[in-house]
Amino acid sequence: MSGARRLSRGGLIDRSRSIRFRFNGKTYTGHPGDTLASALLAQGVRLFGRSFKYHRPRGIVGAGAEEPNALVQVGEAGYSTPNLRATQVELYEGLSAQTVNGWPSLKHDVGAINSMFSRILPAGFYYKTFMWPRSAWMRYEHFIRKAAGLGRTPEFPDPDIYDKRHIHCDVLIVGAGPSGLIAALTAARSGARVILADEQAQFGGSLLSASSTIGGTRAVDWVKKIVDELRTFPEVKLLNRSTVVGYFDHNFLTINSRRTHHLASGDSDPRMSRERLWRVRAGEVVLATGAIERPLVFDGNDLPGVMLSSAVTTYIRRYGVAPGRTGVVFTNNDSGYQAAIDMAWAGMKVVAIVDSRRSPGASVARETEALGIPVYKGHVISSARSGSEGLNRVELSRWSKSTGELTAHKGMIDCQILALSGGLSPVVHLHSQSGAKPVFDSRVAAFLPGASVQKERSVGGCNGTFDLGDCLREGVQGALAAANARGFSATGVDIPATDHRQHAPIEALWEVPANILDGGRTKKFVDYQNDATASDIRLAAREGYRSIEHVKRYTALGFGTDQGKLGNINGLAILGKALNKEPGDVGTTTFRPNYTPVTFGAIAGRNLGPELFDPVRKTAIHPWHVKRGALFENVGQWKRPWYYPRSGESMSDAVNRECLATRDSVGVLDASTLGKIDIQGPDAAELLNRIYTNGWTNLLPGRCRYGFMLGEDGMVMDDGVTTCIAPDHYLMTTTTGGAAAVMGWMERWLQTEWPDLQVYLTSVTDQWSVMSVAGPQSRAVLHAAGCDVELDSESFPFMSMREGKIGGVSSRISRISFSGELAFEISVNANYGMTLWQTIMDAGRAYDITPYGTEAMHVLRAEKGYVIVGQDTDGSVTPNDLGMDWIVSKNKDFIGKRSLFRADTLRSNRKQLVGLLTDNSKTVLPEGAQLVNSPQQSRPVPMMGHVSSSYYSASLGRSIALALVKGGRTRMGSTIFAQLMDDQIVPAVIVDPVFYDPENQRSKS
Amino acid sequence: MLEIECPWCGSRDQDEFSYGGEAHIVRPLSPENLNDREWGDYLFFRDNKKGQHAEQWCHSAGCRRWFNVIRDTVSYRIVSVYRSGDSPSGDPS
Amino acid sequence: MKKDRYSVFSLARNAVNYHQDWAEAWRSPEPAGEYDVIVVGGGGHGLATAYYLASEHNVGRVALLEKGWIGGGNTGRNTTIVRSNYLWDESAHLYEKSLKLWEGLSQELNFNVMFSQRGVMNLGHTLQDMRDIYRRSNANRLNGIDSEILLPDQIKEIVPAMNISGDTRYPVLGASYQPRGGVARHDAVAWGYARAADSSGVDIIQNCEVTGIRQESGSVRGVETNRGYIGAKKVAVVVAGHASVLAEMGGFRLPVESHPLQALVSEPLKPVLDTVVMSNAVHGYVSQSDKGELVIGAGIDAYTGYGQRGSFSIIEGNVAAIVELFPVFSRVRMLRQWGGIVDVCPDACPIISKTPVDGLYFNCGWGTGGFKATPGSGWVFAHTVANDEPHPLNAAFELDRFYSGALIDEHGAAGVAH
Repeated sequence: MSGARRLSRGGLIDRSRSIRFRFNGKTYTGHPGDTLASALLAQGVRLFGRSFKYHRPRGIVGAGAEEPNALVQVGEAGYSTPNLRATQVELYEGLSAQTVNGWPSLKHDVGAINSMFSRILPAGFYYKTFMWPRSAWMRYEHFIRKAAGLGRTPEFPDPDIYDKRHIHCDVLIVGAGPSGLIAALTAARSGARVILADEQAQFGGSLLSASSTIGGTRAVDWVKKIVDELRTFPEVKLLNRSTVVGYFDHNFLTINSRRTHHLASGDSDPRMSRERLWRVRAGEVVLATGAIERPLVFDGNDLPGVMLSSAVTTYIRRYGVAPGRTGVVFTNNDSGYQAAIDMAWAGMKVVAIVDSRRSPGASVARETEALGIPVYKGHVISSARSGSEGLNRVELSRWSKSTGELTAHKGMIDCQILALSGGLSPVVHLHSQSGAKPVFDSRVAAFLPGASVQKERSVGGCNGTFDLGDCLREGVQGALAAANARGFSATGVDIPATDHRQHAPIEALWEVPANILDGGRTKKFVDYQNDATASDIRLAAREGYRSIEHVKRYTALGFGTDQGKLGNINGLAILGKALNKEPGDVGTTTFRPNYTPVTFGAIAGRNLGPELFDPVRKTAIHPWHVKRGALFENVGQWKRPWYYPRSGESMSDAVNRECLATRDSVGVLDASTLGKIDIQGPDAAELLNRIYTNGWTNLLPGRCRYGFMLGEDGMVMDDGVTTCIAPDHYLMTTTTGGAAAVMGWMERWLQTEWPDLQVYLTSVTDQWSVMSVAGPQSRAVLHAAGCDVELDSESFPFMSMREGKIGGVSSRISRISFSGELAFEISVNANYGMTLWQTIMDAGRAYDITPYGTEAMHVLRAEKGYVIVGQDTDGSVTPNDLGMDWIVSKNKDFIGKRSLFRADTLRSNRKQLVGLLTDNSKTVLPEGAQLVNSPQQSRPVPMMGHVSSSYYSASLGRSIALALVKGGRTRMGSTIFAQLMDDQIVPAVIVDPVFYDPENQRSKS
Repeated sequence: MLEIECPWCGSRDQDEFSYGGEAHIVRPLSPENLNDREWGDYLFFRDNKKGQHAEQWCHSAGCRRWFNVIRDTVSYRIVSVYRSGDSPSGDPS
Repeated sequence: MKKDRYSVFSLARNAVNYHQDWAEAWRSPEPAGEYDVIVVGGGGHGLATAYYLASEHNVGRVALLEKGWIGGGNTGRNTTIVRSNYLWDESAHLYEKSLKLWEGLSQELNFNVMFSQRGVMNLGHTLQDMRDIYRRSNANRLNGIDSEILLPDQIKEIVPAMNISGDTRYPVLGASYQPRGGVARHDAVAWGYARAADSSGVDIIQNCEVTGIRQESGSVRGVETNRGYIGAKKVAVVVAGHASVLAEMGGFRLPVESHPLQALVSEPLKPVLDTVVMSNAVHGYVSQSDKGELVIGAGIDAYTGYGQRGSFSIIEGNVAAIVELFPVFSRVRMLRQWGGIVDVCPDACPIISKTPVDGLYFNCGWGTGGFKATPGSGWVFAHTVANDEPHPLNAAFELDRFYSGALIDEHGAAGVAH
């Protein structure tokens, strides 16, 4: 026995097996095929949560994605998942769930005290109070925050993984109810590539709860037959537990597949992703998303026991659960009658059907009459009352449609379940997400799809078609149109016979009038989760919040986790009435992704963690650096050795050692990350001439030149050395971080502005390994390494390049120096990078060759006053600001030149690059420190510039800094002050930015 | 998520492309002859069209070619794609 | 136009008859034939402009025209972050003026805008980030703006949910922290200014779209609208993403491009994040709303777009960044996403300026960071319109800077995004 309310027959559950699970600390059992909601209803559980604002007790309302109340936290520790809907949680052995709201317990909730004060807490009350004293909001907010919120964030990182797949298809069919299934079959038979996605575990949609027949067989058998045939098509992909959540531009849709949610944690392969996000580019989309029933709005319509009539049907027919002993139906259309028929079938006592219309449809009237169920036509439920366990009676009243008022009280009816049907709202969410505008149709009293703006069409319930036969016909037609649009000729599918019912139309009833005597006391809920009531909506309108968007935001209508699936249309119509407008004239709100919430992990996919969040680029020599214990710096996507500490060394110890070794003997730097662009073609030099600020037409083969690149705004963008390999062949180097941008920049100018230039660009950054051997002994090391190139200054002068072999490896050797030392930059095929590095290290052993990292590189270049683009520049610095007018040609145009002659760029007191020497030679200024002329306590302090680079120079035995200072070049020798974060004041003298070997004798030696 | 028809490679996902802003802004032949206002207009000022917008795209994760697109900046519908130097075709309405 | 004061007492008083007697927060008047000043655009900036024009400047009759409903554009679509820790003096002073106004705004407007000074943290992930953070924080301090530099352990104390271990692609190396920064209730800002502006006599006219700007001999005369012509001595345009459309009506162009900017929220959670966390390096920022939702944003889409829709790949990158920073958020679910249209200037700074047309003023180019500036922007713009010259606080934000080259480039300063 799995529970008092479980029926002995019917439903799609497996009664032969039991599943044990826990809910709010108690153990229960259910069956395979149950959801958490159905299993608990079967046990007689009625209380599932507390509402957001008033903490009113709430029960199950729906049976699927529309459920606003029954939110649960499922699982433990890292597997804990907040805010799942009990109606969508499939049962598995050992499942453990708690309701998300209610403290200290669901039954005795302290927050329920809000309910007593509800009279002074109308919509928007917080905008009107909590303003005094001025500082108090933070305190109020603390308590408001604590009271708000739903589930808890897990305390541990997620142990599961998620993945993504990209897929194209001819026809994507969303929803596997009757329309979607037959649409899929139609499209499949045409030969089209089809995806059929449905959010539920089983295909069938509403047919899973249906008592009707299709083609003479039970609906579920028909579903099985269709699915079986669909499985035979190789080009058909069937995705269950898969919600189409987003519809973006150009027919791009996202599908969220939940792959292991239904499994106990031990039952799934740990390598299997918990969820998958499908990124779909669909040729055509057929929306068959069905419809969601609306509740009716009356006093007390939120009590546990008040449910959608469609949900009552589902619990009885699909799950074999009678949600109570006695039931009443309250409806304004024919579909509510089905719940009465089903309740009677389940052995419940159906006390009454209350129909706000005077004339129900002939078929349902006949069927319920045959069952002996009393029908109150032209009546309404005006109020619902509760006992200790939720709903226990309802108040029956007669009403007048023309005056919109109650005309007579007919007494109270005892019942445990009240099944509501306020009409069906087509699920137009995806249609709306696609950019289309749904339109109100008074025939169905709901919004229907409007004109398509993308390649999509709606069929069946989501198109306002509710008769089963009509749904099947639309499904076939929709799929035919879609397949034809993709060039497939389909023949169609025979429509099976269905039960035909004579329907009477719905008569909209947006809000049940209140008993005059009850005045404003009534609580008619429109949005259950956010406790937005009909009076809240009217209050908003009265206060001038008349756009539906204002009303939603003022009352929080539709902002719950169900996103207004139940309440939005009722709310819109109630607002319409307050404003004397038709619902369609109030407008609708735009639905946005996601249709139902999607796990962040699934959206992130595999793009997380040290390896995959962003690609990692490593040089060919990387393993050597790792072995030598280097610490790494992220530069762009590259990992660069930062410094190589020996045991017991601090960072400054290591950097000082690396710098001194390079200055005194020889160091070696892995420079492979520098961007390298191979430039070939007869107009290569002309391109360089236009891109760089200096002239390039006279550079001879075998010679190198340093260049500056500006943005068209005149600001320094990149720098590097370019080598002439042949008159029509150059190799450009760029900064590590700027390589891709520079490549794109030149390609763009070539293609869009200078297509007449014959130049070909190839990125060769990864093809070359580059090592810079620097220091007075570098020449000796190259000799020792077996370099076959003459290395003396005469035959191999500074700023030139030679090709030759080192240790048998073909190399390009350049005499360029970023350290200011005699240096040779060796480039080899990256496949030989590690070999050559090893060769150099071996050859250098006699000279104590020292690998140095980016930190030492920075110190060495700062000693020389060489700038680093991006550190000493920030997008607002010109070559002149850096004191580098010598690199700016007067004789030619180049990108950015004109900008150097604007009023502001010609200004004399621009910030200029200078050197700083602190009075105390041991003090190293923080990089970024602001400089002032006269330190002061009052604010603001006028700032003259900032420190861009700052180091302790072991070679000079003191600290040095580079700074950008207003009019700095005119202030040589004067003192300026760094006024630091901690208000410490550090005086420093402004000096020339070149601190070491200003004559450049070492690099040329 | 746009799907863009590269004139050389065919339809590809937007993620393969990079955007280059308004098309047909020609770099002045003699910038030195422009006053600050004219140069500023070229540098910074744009039509920023609401509606049909001629713009540059580059198939940066593909053939790396720049080309032009006419796209409706409200509906994001692509009206026409054409190579640099060509004229737009397609329905300009 | 005189209104009851909002307070807990007025709430209790109105409870007696079930809140039937609350006055409307603002009127819905028919447009008059002519106004002294017309403000075009009913977002936060426009409403603030109208409010300060009417309450602090003697400019005569003021109307505000909004093509849809007030607060329906970027005001109601942003991630509500407020801070003033900008690098450059010009920006810092402007945003600090705004922050000071925020600090008294609920009281000034008699409308609780829920300004929550829970602190804003800007993370650094690279050595260069940390240099920039020191530079900006030091500058903030010297400009009288509160700013601290936090090391990873100090970050962890304030944000226990964050992963500060080295086991990430771009480990957190530190952060700048502005304790006075925070978040506010975006809708309330629009409504509060609207109610206060209405009380000061401003006609707020919704569903009134400007279709043309009428001028004579270089001076503005009024605006054409879908509800007819309305005369005006001065017209102040503050329409964010649609600035270029209005500029075209005025016969000139602007140095802005309009881009989609998206944001998203999670389902509501119990309090888990007590401050605002922003990271430029991994492209994401997050705070938790009073309702419990994680409110998350990222960068703009690269392409021009007026569609209030962006690309899913931006959302994917954004969510990955947040999960990388907060691995415990992985099983939390994303509820909803949306987009706005932001007008971006080449230097990531706004334009608050006179224009080539006399009597026509533009306030635009706020890009992704306009919400925080709402009060200050309205305050200096009102001054600019009333006096026909900028206030010292916005003198640097004239259109002319795009000709002279005196840009205020906040890009390089890592202080740009929201």
